[in-house]
Formats: sequence, structure tokens, C-alpha cells
Amino acid sequence: MQRGERISQILVALATIALVALPVVAATFGSTYAVTLATRLLIYGMVAVSLDLIIGYGGLISFGHAAYFGLGGYTVAILAFQLAEGVPIFGYDGTNEALVAWPLAMLVSGLAALVFGALSLRTSGAYFIMITLAFAQMVYYVFVALKYYGGDDGLAMARRNTLGGARIVDPQIFYYICLGLLAAVIFLVGRFTRSRFGMVLTGARMNERRMAALGFSVMRYRLVAFVIAGMIAGLGGALWANLARFVSPDMMAWTKSGEFMVMVILGGLGSLFGPVLGAAAFILVESTLSELTEYWQVLFGPVVVLIALFAPRGLWGWLTVRRRGA
Amino acid sequence: MTFRTLMLAGAAAMALCGPAMAQVKIGFITTLSTPAGYLGEDARDGFKLAVDQEGGKLGGVPVEVIVEDDKLKPADGKQIAEKFLQSDKIKLFSGIIFSNVAGAVVPGILEAGGIYVSPNAGPSNFAGKGCNANYYVTSWQNDNLHESAGALAKKLGYKKMVLLAPNYQAGKDAIAGFKRLYGGEVIEEIYTALDQTDFSAEMAKIRAAKPDAVFQFHPGGQGIAFLKQWQQAGLKDQIPMVVAAPSLEQKIAAAVGDAAVGVAATTHWNTDLPNAQNKAFVEAFRKKYNRDPTVYASQGYDAALLIGAALKATGGKLDEKPFREAMLKADAKLVRGDFKFGTNQHPIQDWYEVKAVKGADGKVTLQTVGKVVEKLQDSYAKDCKL
Amino acid sequence: MQLLIEQILNGLQLGGTLFLLAAGLTLVFGIMGVINLAHGSLFMIGAYGAAIVAGKTGSWGLGVIAGLAAAALVGVLIELVVIRRLYARDHLYQVLATFGLILFFNGLVAMVVGRAPLLMETPKVLSGFVELLPGIPYPTYRLAVMGVGLAVALGLWFMIARTRVGMLIRAGATHRDMVSALGVDIAKLYTFVFGLGALLAGLAGIVVGPIRSVQVGMGEQVLIMTFVVIVIGGIGSVRGAFVGAMLIGMADTLGRAFLPGLLKMHMSGALADGLAGALSSVLIYIVMALVLVVRPRGLFPVGG
Repeated sequence: MQRGERISQILVALATIALVALPVVAATFGSTYAVTLATRLLIYGMVAVSLDLIIGYGGLISFGHAAYFGLGGYTVAILAFQLAEGVPIFGYDGTNEALVAWPLAMLVSGLAALVFGALSLRTSGAYFIMITLAFAQMVYYVFVALKYYGGDDGLAMARRNTLGGARIVDPQIFYYICLGLLAAVIFLVGRFTRSRFGMVLTGARMNERRMAALGFSVMRYRLVAFVIAGMIAGLGGALWANLARFVSPDMMAWTKSGEFMVMVILGGLGSLFGPVLGAAAFILVESTLSELTEYWQVLFGPVVVLIALFAPRGLWGWLTVRRRGA
Repeated sequence: MTFRTLMLAGAAAMALCGPAMAQVKIGFITTLSTPAGYLGEDARDGFKLAVDQEGGKLGGVPVEVIVEDDKLKPADGKQIAEKFLQSDKIKLFSGIIFSNVAGAVVPGILEAGGIYVSPNAGPSNFAGKGCNANYYVTSWQNDNLHESAGALAKKLGYKKMVLLAPNYQAGKDAIAGFKRLYGGEVIEEIYTALDQTDFSAEMAKIRAAKPDAVFQFHPGGQGIAFLKQWQQAGLKDQIPMVVAAPSLEQKIAAAVGDAAVGVAATTHWNTDLPNAQNKAFVEAFRKKYNRDPTVYASQGYDAALLIGAALKATGGKLDEKPFREAMLKADAKLVRGDFKFGTNQHPIQDWYEVKAVKGADGKVTLQTVGKVVEKLQDSYAKDCKL
Repeated sequence: MQLLIEQILNGLQLGGTLFLLAAGLTLVFGIMGVINLAHGSLFMIGAYGAAIVAGKTGSWGLGVIAGLAAAALVGVLIELVVIRRLYARDHLYQVLATFGLILFFNGLVAMVVGRAPLLMETPKVLSGFVELLPGIPYPTYRLAVMGVGLAVALGLWFMIARTRVGMLIRAGATHRDMVSALGVDIAKLYTFVFGLGALLAGLAGIVVGPIRSVQVGMGEQVLIMTFVVIVIGGIGSVRGAFVGAMLIGMADTLGRAFLPGLLKMHMSGALADGLAGALSSVLIYIVMALVLVVRPRGLFPVGG
């Protein structure tokens, strides 16, 4: 195991160097697209890390994580829209300031996760999968029907949020903001999972009764994890809205939730860094295949099946643990 | 690296071969998967037919059409557009079928100094105040589809009608557009759900409301389901139906068969339009793809012809001013017949009434009845400051 | 009053269709514990098989046979290649693998058959109307759909409760080891059950073909609604699936039929339309959430 940990550390160090250097390298080659693409990977990676917290550590298979991602994105876009229209929302003016809008996005997603989580966590197993899906579908249809905010056509943002009053125009600066936030999320989730709290969460996954017998209110711990995951996904949505400067109900479609699940499993359940790798691999494989052929699904489908069948530890596990037996 | 070097070598070799005209790349972002995949497929095949007929050129300028599937996801469309813009250095775009994808993709293209020529979606937000010098719609402004259907209902003398559309933006626009030129009484507006496939509840309501006729907007698969269930409910022979092109095009007619017969629709193009270029197009399309073209195929073809006319005039240059000047002349013989750009760079064109009929071979096709509206322009043009 | 009765009939009819879809799904889950998202793909394959063969031969009967055979065959194939590796695994991997299968089959059908929707007409015998209520002709085909739904429900009940195969299936679901100790090949039994589930999905596709659109992705449009049905009923319970299907069929139909009118009594037209549209879209999910909050394992919980 020690050896695996060493490899992990080396991998993380290498990845960090690569990610920090990426915009500089891309600039030397004159490729702005690499930075945009990498920003997208970071944001999806963040959402995947948050989903891993509940699926990988908590064993709670949420099939509705896209809802929190979408709610975060819509919060930011709606605040900007209200500002542009000059119409207050709930008595307050809209805003284009990230320091206000992003925490609000997390708050909205967190509140939704609190309500949906409290109701969903009464069930377990396949019922939990389906009820989380049902709640996400509700949110999806509500936004499809919200004509004022563009309904099915989505809502565009004229410009990115300002950060402390300064505009974020440069894609490189936005990239570093996302990278910094992703690092912070990984750090916090890492601390969280190693704390007593995380021990209870993982313990409940393996043996719920024992944890309950030890006097822990399993439900409460799970709910807190669910809310934290929702908040991080909301932050991811807020960043996504800024990257794309566009939100649409498509962000919360059930297939999006499915994609996030694929990213987590592809990267490795409960592996903290794995989901980021999984998100990157997912996006790259999917976009490469759809560039290759218009019938990309015929190739991509089997890839997903193979991952499910033969890569239970995911890419991260394969990279770090495989050599143990050798 | 090797690949890049090779390409450079290739470019150098080409440069040595004489003053060949620079190739223009066209980014064609369209919907090829999902149930709506056949729409993008036809638009692409129509577009490519025009390029192939000229031997890989449009307006004498060599072009390369790079096609990618947006999967009907706005975010994916945007991602492809960014790659085309930044990585492939493409400036000229076309192909988007759906308004929600266009809403996400088009602003980014225009900001980056690109040109977008729409072969299908024509949402209102880019037609009025939001119009742009580098944005052209060659198909129709969305409302025109339903305005023409409203005009047809009026012409056919229907006094009181029930209107149905899905409960999303395009559906609401459809009903608003229909009412603009209809002028009769609307007994009831019924909004169906996104992805709804069973309409028996709505049909019972319509039966009870006893309207003169019904207008419904359900594109693609939903439209097929609606027409089939309409016939099964026995309403087809009792209440006439008026629809716009997306709810009854050539493929829908073929897929519902008898259930479509007798339904009146409006369109700006049909297989049997008698002009010479259309006859040639239909024949060439059948020959190349071994199937009948749809209205989407005609739109892809016409978009390519219009781009070709502009490229010919500018010699393949995409600089804003000369390209725009050439493009707005619309100096091409389109398969739909007369065509002109309005001030907002959206079409001014004629709309026809078509009816589904059963041929001797048992296949159901659309037959043109006559013109419904001449030189129809959208109502947003006056807000456009171009 | 007449309208209300007609709408209730419509609700029952939609319920019948939903049950056809849900029966196979709940059977597979109840016995083998597999969540099969690709159920929608089998539904599509059944409809395509029937539409293509009926179109080529002009015979509805041959179409039905072809559709059933295609769905069952593909079902058995995916059980042998993919599903059987997933029995002992967490639901997560089942969801993932069958999600991949959906992509594969949608792409494959688009590539092989083409993207255009297929023609599938109502069989001539069933294309008329029956006047169930004076002045309201009800489509014969819709009645036939209800009939098929009922027949499947009875057939499944009979098979599970009264036959040797049914006994093995029941035993296999709860005492897997004991059944195999008795010398029954459990792997073959599971392949059979999965094939049966696929056959039912295919049957649903064939029955629905003349009412809806036969096209790529047609399965996903109904997949989620089907899951709602079996979750409400209690996953694994055929009886639950029946009750759930009727409940959802009713809720969905009556919601769409009467919500706008009810809301218009209390608010402006446009607002009522918007709200009614949103509400009727989410109504089935609200029903499901309510049921699960009160009964976390559905109306007819299965197993311990």
C-alpha cells in the first residue's frame, strides 16, 4: 500500500506541475483552444470529485447530480440576467459579482440537496437511485417550462462575472481560478474524508448497522455529505456558466447525471484525485470518437461497458495499485 | 509534430504547384444522433451535394466541409465551435438545426469574428435587436413557419380553432406566430409536455371542444405519434388539421402513411416545386443518396448555394464587408425559387400549401397545392439596426 | 361526465402500455437484482424488427414474430456477453454498463437501418372504432393494447405462481444456492428470465409502434417513466408494476386533461398554461416521491 501511496504522490505532483504549466506551454504553441478545453476538464473534474464523495465514500448512488450542477449555473446566469434587465429578484438587485454570485450558487444547490437529500435518504439501494433521478427530473422540467429564463432555449450571459470588481476576460486567468478552486475542493474533500466524519461515512457504507450501534446517526452524516456534494456541484455549475456564458436545462438532463457517474467510475471510486482524471479521460475519449465518426456511439458505448465490467478500480486504481502484486 | 511537419510540407508543395486558390474551411455543426438525427443528416447531405456537384468547390472556391455532431446539446455545440474556431482556425460556419443549440453556439462564433449561415434554426433573438452583420439565416425566421400556417387556416375559412404545441419556447413561439396571421377565434390553447408520446387526453378535449380545425406543432417523432393517434381516435375525418413544415415533412409523411393523408401544411419548399433547379436537385439527391430529400436537405443545399455565390464574388475571401455585400445579393438560383434577404439578413420568400396524398405505389408524399403567402418577412426585421 | 369517463379510459389505456414495458423490467430486477437501463433499447429493437419485416412482407403477423424474436435474441446475447458478469456487482456498475449499451444500440440502429423514422401502420383488423359510449368512438387498437396488457399480467402471474419454471424462478430469486444445489443450472435459468424480460420489452415496442414513432432513441423517451412505475410498485413485484402503471397512467392523463382548466379558475390564462404544463410534466415524479417518502420500498415491497 505504501508503494501505491508513493506512486499517488508522484502522480499528483506531476499532474500539478503539468496543470500549472499548461497555459504557458499552450501559449508558446499559440493554442488557445487547449486552455478552454482544460478549463472544461477542471470544472467537470470538480463536479466528479463531489459526486465521488457520496458515491465512492458514502456508497450513495445519486443519479441526479446534474440537478445541483444546473442549479448552480442557473443561479449565476439568473443573477446576471436580472441585473441586465434591471429587475430585482426577491427584492434584491441582480449581480454580476462572483464573490456574491458563486457563494449564492453554492447556497441554492446546497439547499436543494438538503431538501432532496432528506427525502431521498429515507430510501436505499435501487430506490435511492431512482428517487434522486426523479427529483432531478422535476428540476429539469421546471426549468424547461420557465419561459422568463428562456425555458428550453436556455439563458445566455452577456459577459463573465467580475471578481472583486475586476473583469475576468483572459481565458488563462479564468483557467487559474478554476484550477485554484479545484485544488481547494480536493484539499477540503480530502480533509473531510480523513476526519472522523469521513470514517463514519465510509463505515456506514460497509456496515450501516454497526455504525448505528456505535451511536452514530448515519442518516445525518449522509445528509451532510449529500449537501456538501451538492454545494460543490453548484460551484462547478457556476464556473461552467462563466466558461460557456450560457446555461440551459440540458445541464440537468438525466444523461448528464449519467455522464458524471461514468467520470467517477472511470477515474476510480473513492480515490479523491481519480475523478479528475476520469473527467479528463471521458471528455477526451468522447470528443475524439465523435470527431472520428458520426456513429461515435457505436464505439463509445462499448468503451463504457468495458469500463463497467473490467475497471472496478478505475484509472487511478490501475495506475497506483496494479503493481502491488508484481 | 510529424503530422504538423507533413502538413506544412504539403502546403509548401501546393504553393509550388501554382496560384491555387486558398481552400475555405466550413465548420458544419449539426445534430446527427438522438431521435432528431435525421434532420441534421439531411441538412448535411444537402449541403455536401452542392459541394460535390462542383467537384469540391463552392462558387469556384475549393472548400472543405468539416462536420461534427452536436448531439442536440447546446454545451457540446459550443465546445465544437470553440475547437473549430481556435484549433482549426475556421471562420465560416453552418449546420445547426435547433434553436437552443444556436443560442449557445452563435454568439461565440460572432464574437470571435466568424460568420454564421443558418440552414435551419432562425430564433427571434437574433432576428430583431440582436441581429448581426455576420449572421445570415437562409431557411426562415422561426415564426414564419407558423405565420404561414395561420394564413393558410384563414384562407381555408376556419373560424374557430384549437391550437396545440409543446410547453417550451419553440412551442409558445409557434402558437404566437400562428395567431399573428390567423385572425379567427382560438377556442383553446393546449400545451403538451416535452417528450410526451401519448396524446389521448388532449384529443378527448379537442373532440369535446368541436373546433372547425386544429393547428398543432410537434416536430419529428412527436408529430408522428400525434398524427397516428389522431387517425386512430377517429378525428382525422371529422376535424381538419393545419400544420407547419416541421410537423409534416417528407419523412414524417412516409413514416405515418395513411394517417397523414388530407392534412394541410405550409412550407417554403417541396419536392415537386416545378422550377428547373429543383428538378435537378431532387434527381441528383435521389441518385446520390438513394432516398427522397426532405425540406432539411433542400435547406442545406440552398445554404451551400448562397455561400457559393458569396465566395465566388469575393474570390474565397471572408472579410466582413465584401463577403456581406456579396452574400446579401443572394445571387443564386435556389431550389425553392425566389429568395431575398431582408435588412436583418433573414429571408423574404413565398410560402406554399401542401397536402399529403397517397400515390399509386401506396407511398404517402406531399403535393403542392398553391401559394399561401407571397414575400413573407418576419416581424422582427424592423427592430434590427443594420 | 362523458369526458371524464373517456379520460379515465385513456388513463387505463396508458397504464396498460406502461405495464407492458414495466413487466419485463421488474421481472429482471426482482429475480436477478439487475437494473437494466437497456430495457428501452430492447423495446426499440422489438419495434424495429416488427416495422421492418411487416413493411417488407406486408404481413403484420410476420412482423410481430420478427420483432419478438429480435428482442429476445438480442436480450439473450447481451445477457451472455454483459449482464451475467454484473449479477454480483453493485447497482452502480449495472447502471453504467447498461447506459453504455443504450449508446451502442442507438448508434448501431442509426448506422445499420438509418436515422429516419420507420412506417408502422395499425393492422387493418384493429384500425376501426368501438362505440363504448354513445357519441364517443374509442379506437379498437387502444382497446387491444389494454387487452394485451391484461393478458401479459395474467400470463406472468400464472407462470410464476403455477408452473415449474415459475417455481424455480421464485426459488432462484431468494435461495440461489439451494436451487443450484438441486442440480438446476442457475445460469441457464437467468439467461431464460432475461430473455423473457427482453421478449416483453420487444412486445411493448411492437404494440406501441403503431401509436408512436418508430425511431432511434424511442426507448429512452419511455424508459424513465417505466422506472417510475416499477419503483412506485415496489421493484421486483409484477403486481406492483401493474398497480404502479395504472396509477401513473391515470395521474399523467388526468393531470394533462384537467389541470389547466382547474388552474384557470384561479389565475390568468398564460400563467395557468405555463404552470399546468410544468406541473403535468413533473406530476408523475411528485407521485413517485410521495409514495417513496411514505413507503420507502414501494407499494408492494419484495423480499426481506
